[in-house]
Amino acid sequence: MSTHVLHVAQHTDLDVERIRADFPILQRRFNDKPLVYLDNAASSQMPKPVIDRLVRYQTQEHANVHRAVHHLSEIATAGYEGARRKVQQFLNVGDEREIIFTRGTTESINLVMHGYGRAFIGAGDEIILSAMEHHSNIVPWQMLCQEKGAKLRVIPMNDNGELLLDDYQNLFNERTRFVSIAHVSNALGTINPVREMIAIAHSHGVPVLLDGAQAVPHVLVDVQALDCDFYAFSGHKLYGPTGIGILYGKAALLEKMQPYQGGGDMILSVTFERTTYNTIPYKFEAGTPPIAAAIGLGAAIDYVTEIGLDRIAAHENALLNYATAQLSALPGVRLIGTAHHKAAVLSFEIDGIHPHDIGTILNEDGIAIRAGHHCAQPVMQRFGVPATARASFAFYNTFNEVDALVAGIKNVQQMFS
Amino acid sequence: MDTKQLYQEVILDHNKKPRNYGALENANRRAEGHNPLCGDHIILSVRVEDERIESLAFQGEGCAICKASASMMTTYVKGKTLPEAEQMVQEFRDMATGKLNIEHQPHHLGRLTVFAGVRDLPARVKCAILPWHTLHAAFSNEHVASTEGADEPMKAIVGNV
Repeated sequence: MSTHVLHVAQHTDLDVERIRADFPILQRRFNDKPLVYLDNAASSQMPKPVIDRLVRYQTQEHANVHRAVHHLSEIATAGYEGARRKVQQFLNVGDEREIIFTRGTTESINLVMHGYGRAFIGAGDEIILSAMEHHSNIVPWQMLCQEKGAKLRVIPMNDNGELLLDDYQNLFNERTRFVSIAHVSNALGTINPVREMIAIAHSHGVPVLLDGAQAVPHVLVDVQALDCDFYAFSGHKLYGPTGIGILYGKAALLEKMQPYQGGGDMILSVTFERTTYNTIPYKFEAGTPPIAAAIGLGAAIDYVTEIGLDRIAAHENALLNYATAQLSALPGVRLIGTAHHKAAVLSFEIDGIHPHDIGTILNEDGIAIRAGHHCAQPVMQRFGVPATARASFAFYNTFNEVDALVAGIKNVQQMFS
Repeated sequence: MDTKQLYQEVILDHNKKPRNYGALENANRRAEGHNPLCGDHIILSVRVEDERIESLAFQGEGCAICKASASMMTTYVKGKTLPEAEQMVQEFRDMATGKLNIEHQPHHLGRLTVFAGVRDLPARVKCAILPWHTLHAAFSNEHVASTEGADEPMKAIVGNV
């Protein structure tokens, strides 16, 4: 790749330096070197407006929600329900009752497994997953299969890390009851053609859950346009706090489902003989919810919406293209996951060097990447590696940081040469 | 010693040219160690005679820290009695987890102290310790010891520390 092309690729219309000033943690130094944070697919950092919102909640507004008539409870409830409406707008959900607060994507998927799967999937039935699922979208369904005697069917992928749609079509039969797939792969970065895949499933009368944990930070999601039946994501990968996640579900399905947990707030009336469950979404929100985290997620949605997800995606794509070109040019470096449609995730391996050694040595230079199986061991098995090194970019990352990564990789290779 | 120094010393030598790499034909102790989270995998075969390690060899896949630790371990425990080797297992483990201060407390680790720095790399401690856990598993396997030979190798899966 010529210098000219690289130069052109390094320009985007995002004022990254101004954005970086919003993220206090990015000012940290390790080993006297600036932090180069390239582990955003694991967890992204929080900007000051989100942190400030959390502080304001804790210092001025905290009380339990949906409980009392006093001021603070009203303010906290307004903040919590306000966050629900922000999520509703963010995903273009028609009805705010279709938004359920959970602890994260994992809990969202487990909620669907318990509430929908245990009621409507039985012995001999089949559930379709893909070969690139995170463990959180494999294990709950496996547990259901064990309990019910149902079977998992897996959509294979090609060597670029793209799902094979013909094989997907062929997996459907009269026993297919559910499809649960990643919108974007955490280990490979692949953006799956979910709209088409949902249409195929619906033509067989089968509902679809999308694991959107890696998608929402990079892709504009419109659940009505996608027509997905369930959509799950986590706050902490969208510049919000940990401990908060979202499950979107079509109201008609949520109404049919059993509650996932029993407790306070999910009931209308309780006697020792009988309990009447609350309406959706509260039927699925037993106990005191993570109020602060939900409000923080709302603030994070405001933050990314103000910058604009299209501009965020454009910058991240430019970073990804630049990094892909740079790493591809390094001898001995192999990219894992080279799909045509990708989010800003770059998994790679280096000849003869274990990813954990790569991670440890890069860490000495202040560069934070992930090394391991990325909770996607079947993906590692598919590509015949025990683990990969993974750099994942956010809109606050710079082209200089990509250069630092490349220099770091060269340094690792030199140490091992 | 910082991480880069650790890597330079350890890698230049043992990762590239591992000592005692392979499988012993006449082993009478074997064990297999595995760190499921990172894929480190060590198979150790040992020949013990009169409570003394006559010879030993390792095979496997893993990161540089794990392989170098295994390689150096084989050179250090060869010729040691079982109690001596067990004591080294304990000392190595204590050093890697920061419980043994190699500057001020007595030990028998010699140049193995090059691994003391992993105590500052919590995610990597298990890589360095795995070969030693595997050695311990090979010794504590009385069944294999009594069968004399490799006809019935018994697997010991060694998990995380």
